[in-house]
Amino acid sequence: MDILIFILKIVIPPVLVLNFIPLMIWFERKGSAYIQERRGPNRAHILGIRLGGIIHNFADVIKLITKEDIIPANVNRLYFIGAPLIAIFVGIVTIAVVPLADSVQIGEKLVHIQVADLNVGILYVFAISSLGVYSVLLAGWSSNNKYSLLGGLRAASQMVSYELALGLTVVGLFMLAESASVSEIVRHQGPHVLHWNFVQQPLAFIIFWIAVFAETNRTPFDLPEGESEIVAGYHTEYSSMKFALFFMAEYAHMVVAAALITALFFGGWQVPFLTTLDLKTQAPFYLYVTVLTVSFIALFFGLLLLSQFKKGKYRDARDYEVLVFGIPLFLLALAGGGSAIFTGPWALPEWGRVLFAALVQATSFGIKMTFFAFFFIWIRWTLPRFRYDQVMNFGWKGMLPLALLNIVVTGVVLLWKGNHHG
Amino acid sequence: MNMPHNNITKTLIEKFPADVIESHEAYGDTTVIVKKGRITDILRFLKEEIQPSFEMLIDLCGVDYLQWKDSARFEVVYHLLSLKTHDRVRVRAPLSEEDPTIDSVSPLWKAADWYEREVFDMFGIIFHRHPNLKRILMFEGFEGHPLRKDYPAEKRQQIPTAEIDLLHLSLQNRHFSETDHLPTRSMILNIGPSHPAMHGALRYQVELDGETIHRAVAEIGYLHRAFEKHSESSTYTQVIPYTDRLNYLSSMMNNVGFAHAVEKILGVEIPPRAKMIRVIVCELSRIMDHLVCLAAAFVDLGALTNFWYFFDAREKIYDCTEKLAGARLTTNYTRIGGVWRDISPDIITGIHKAFKVLDKAILDVSRLLERNRIFIDRTRNVGIISKEDAVSYGYTGPCLRACGVPYDIRKDQPYYDYDRFDFDVPVGSRGDVNDRLMVRFEEMRQSAKIIQQALTRLPPGPIMIEDPKIALPAKSNVYGSIEGLMNHFMIVTQGICPPKGEVYSATEAANGELGFYIVSDGGPRPYRVRCRPPCFPLTASSERLVEGGMIADLIAIVGSLNIVVGELDR
Amino acid sequence: MGDPIFFYLFATIVIGGAIGVVFLSNPLSSALSLIFSLAGLAGLFVLLQAHFLAAIQVLVYAGAVMVLFIFVIMMLNLEDCKKHLKVSFASLIGFVIALNLAIVLVMHVSAPLFDDGVSDKTFGTIEGVGQLMLTRYLIPFEIVSLLLTIAIVGAVILAKKDNPKETT
Repeated sequence: MDILIFILKIVIPPVLVLNFIPLMIWFERKGSAYIQERRGPNRAHILGIRLGGIIHNFADVIKLITKEDIIPANVNRLYFIGAPLIAIFVGIVTIAVVPLADSVQIGEKLVHIQVADLNVGILYVFAISSLGVYSVLLAGWSSNNKYSLLGGLRAASQMVSYELALGLTVVGLFMLAESASVSEIVRHQGPHVLHWNFVQQPLAFIIFWIAVFAETNRTPFDLPEGESEIVAGYHTEYSSMKFALFFMAEYAHMVVAAALITALFFGGWQVPFLTTLDLKTQAPFYLYVTVLTVSFIALFFGLLLLSQFKKGKYRDARDYEVLVFGIPLFLLALAGGGSAIFTGPWALPEWGRVLFAALVQATSFGIKMTFFAFFFIWIRWTLPRFRYDQVMNFGWKGMLPLALLNIVVTGVVLLWKGNHHG
Repeated sequence: MNMPHNNITKTLIEKFPADVIESHEAYGDTTVIVKKGRITDILRFLKEEIQPSFEMLIDLCGVDYLQWKDSARFEVVYHLLSLKTHDRVRVRAPLSEEDPTIDSVSPLWKAADWYEREVFDMFGIIFHRHPNLKRILMFEGFEGHPLRKDYPAEKRQQIPTAEIDLLHLSLQNRHFSETDHLPTRSMILNIGPSHPAMHGALRYQVELDGETIHRAVAEIGYLHRAFEKHSESSTYTQVIPYTDRLNYLSSMMNNVGFAHAVEKILGVEIPPRAKMIRVIVCELSRIMDHLVCLAAAFVDLGALTNFWYFFDAREKIYDCTEKLAGARLTTNYTRIGGVWRDISPDIITGIHKAFKVLDKAILDVSRLLERNRIFIDRTRNVGIISKEDAVSYGYTGPCLRACGVPYDIRKDQPYYDYDRFDFDVPVGSRGDVNDRLMVRFEEMRQSAKIIQQALTRLPPGPIMIEDPKIALPAKSNVYGSIEGLMNHFMIVTQGICPPKGEVYSATEAANGELGFYIVSDGGPRPYRVRCRPPCFPLTASSERLVEGGMIADLIAIVGSLNIVVGELDR
Repeated sequence: MGDPIFFYLFATIVIGGAIGVVFLSNPLSSALSLIFSLAGLAGLFVLLQAHFLAAIQVLVYAGAVMVLFIFVIMMLNLEDCKKHLKVSFASLIGFVIALNLAIVLVMHVSAPLFDDGVSDKTFGTIEGVGQLMLTRYLIPFEIVSLLLTIAIVGAVILAKKDNPKETT
């Protein structure tokens, strides 16, 4: 049992992150398309199934793997090859301390739904992600290309600068939760939305959010790869799978950043207004409601898809895609909803209740995280890019003092409160 | 209009009695032919002392009169413009074959620097005291001077190895701050000719200290297609397709500009309907050009979404030009004496539909950017050029107006009845990147306004003039009458033959003043066609504009100048 | 505490990295092996249950200080420097001091290697370090912060010095 949990803990988080990457890429492509009044990817298909363009990701993967992997002459091969590996490693490993659900009591053991519940969880995240800058630096330096070098330098100075603000904002959270463990911070926020940290620490939230954009090198802080200025920055010379690793690392960073924002400021796995205990005790009722809601939504989408069917639209297998998804959805919705209505709320065993609560919490976490991950894309296609000196000024003269101010204000308020209560 | 011209020549003759060889007026252009000896003094007098003063050197070009009897071999031609009265004067200085040298006027106008380099490159005329007399369009190591009449048009030359190219640019690693403990070296960075932000094939070599640009050199000519040489061996009508390729973002405007010049030397007036159609296509082209310029500039600033909003609108307008001219990019639409095809009602509805998309695009983009803090920080007070410098560099069009000079040929020397339209000329105040972009925004709105007016008052009538020496006769005439057949045959085989003479005509293109200087020897082929590309002076100034800024500023500045390499390199 | 295998692993990384710093010819490689060494040290802290110290070790040294080192190395674009062993007076003195230090350490560290040496639960945690810094080691802490302030002011002045020259 222990070994099973151990293996699951090792396997699930990286798989989760890695699986989120194609989803993010799909978000990016489809989201940017709709923002820009385009259709986005909709051609690639397997036996007519396109999944709204997700199949393009498979095509991308095949393309990237089979492309020629060029290592230019005069590069430092060791560092050139190592850099993308560091990037993806850092991207995946940081998820380890983020809890996906409340701890679960299995028999006598308390199982944390996270890889490691470190008491310095947040510092672990910063420590690991601060190593991420090496991938960019080494890539920029070893490529032996001036654009890459400029990209590497931009990345290094930007990431070091914003790490400070990032690190200082969470001090306020430590003070509130009286712990640096991520799971503690999540638990401390409780199910009440107004007690979540984005309400309690609004300034910290905004600074953290901005700094996270800078740390992940996303627009408006995408100077290290600012394509109109320095071609592709640090990954100018990379091709094939090594480029793909950088590409994936960027999305992995976004996923992790979204997970962190969720955990630190939006209650992590907390379901609004429902404690773990509520979920467990009322599990049958909530399960009933959930099944009905999901069935209803499935029914709606199933009918929507079926209504889209038009023979001869593409004159190939793609015509039937809506049916392939629509019919099962429709039938499942009917079956699930119907059985739920007639068999009524089901009694659940203890383990079922626990499992249900954990699943609901994980879903809550996933929904929040997906929203913040999408936010990265939304911002990217809305804002222009900063200039190098503006980034530096903003970081050092704007964000850092504000982050310090946040600590002071939080401290004063806590002391004042403590005095009044004590 | 004639009086001041006469005054100018009179004053000049009084002031320099020994140096003025001849002065005359033809086709509405005042010409003064002077001896080359005191050219700087004469031009300084025209620039500074005479009233009205001619502040702007609009164009400087050379002509090779090898095949003309009793004429000096070369001539350097200066076109001056007064910004106050909008008078123009042409000063010609003949040079002998044995001594093709003349004093440089680059101390008077900054614009002269690059113009004189081009004349040196093309004709081998040496300009004394020029700061940097090197080839500009042709590559270093090119033998001969291509626009000389004795340079065969078919002659091809191999481009030498890349090393020469590097020597051509004077930047080398410099040591600076030597007093420091650490001797730091600057970094030389090549931006272009193949670079995401260099739209076309433009190249900058910059000397960097960190990210700050210390010096910059622009290298042009990668897209040189010998437009001027080519035109000399084509009939006037055959030149029109070449003009498509000048500013390929607004090809119809180039067609109109060239046709306007030829009609000026022919002395013909096109029918009112043709005029109105030309106004419509010109303004459509202006909108398309601005859309591309702005969209590309926004992409370079990292705001990619705006690109799609603008290109969506541009596609809709392209659909209209496609219906009108049968082509989207290289339209080849005007004919000398009119336009090729008439505008049809469904094109008019198409234009109205396109304008709805355009309005929305402009609204969306201005909402996204106009008050966006990052956008303002990136563009305001970046790449500032003062009014005086802009005039000295020969800026025209939106870039000049962004500096606060309200010069617009459509208002100031109206052609095609532009004075009968109700529109405003937007003017900036700071002359920075932001102003240049915002002026274009407003110009699109004004152009749309002009087109709306033109569409409502589109007069009926023919779209070509009836002159059998210029316009092809109707097909029924060709098949039905011997005279029509003869006319058709003559125009197709011989071409249009304007009288001997020279003419400079300027139209307000999207990027500024598009000038065509045509020298005709009376034959069917132009003896010399000089195109004054509006973005040539802009590019010349960009070297100075980017200094002291950062790489990101260079990208923003180049984007805001709208350098179209097809027209720059010709 | 901890598995001896891990101890030896991290110790090897620390020492190997340190040797790399001295013997590698490429300055960037030297800097990178220093990072390895520091990361190994962080691993040793983890074995001592001092997670806070480990995180700070990586965050500050590997993540920030060494980034600046590498930044400078990249900026200066240093060439490989040939290192040849040359017995000079200075190196001799250095050797003697190092030897002395090693002897002292070996003689005086009498505690057994794999003992539960750390009994205090708060050792190396945020609470523990915070307590110590603000009570027992308050004065050294304040002095160090003063020193750092001086260093920052000095750095700012040095950096400012260049500016008027460049802008004129």
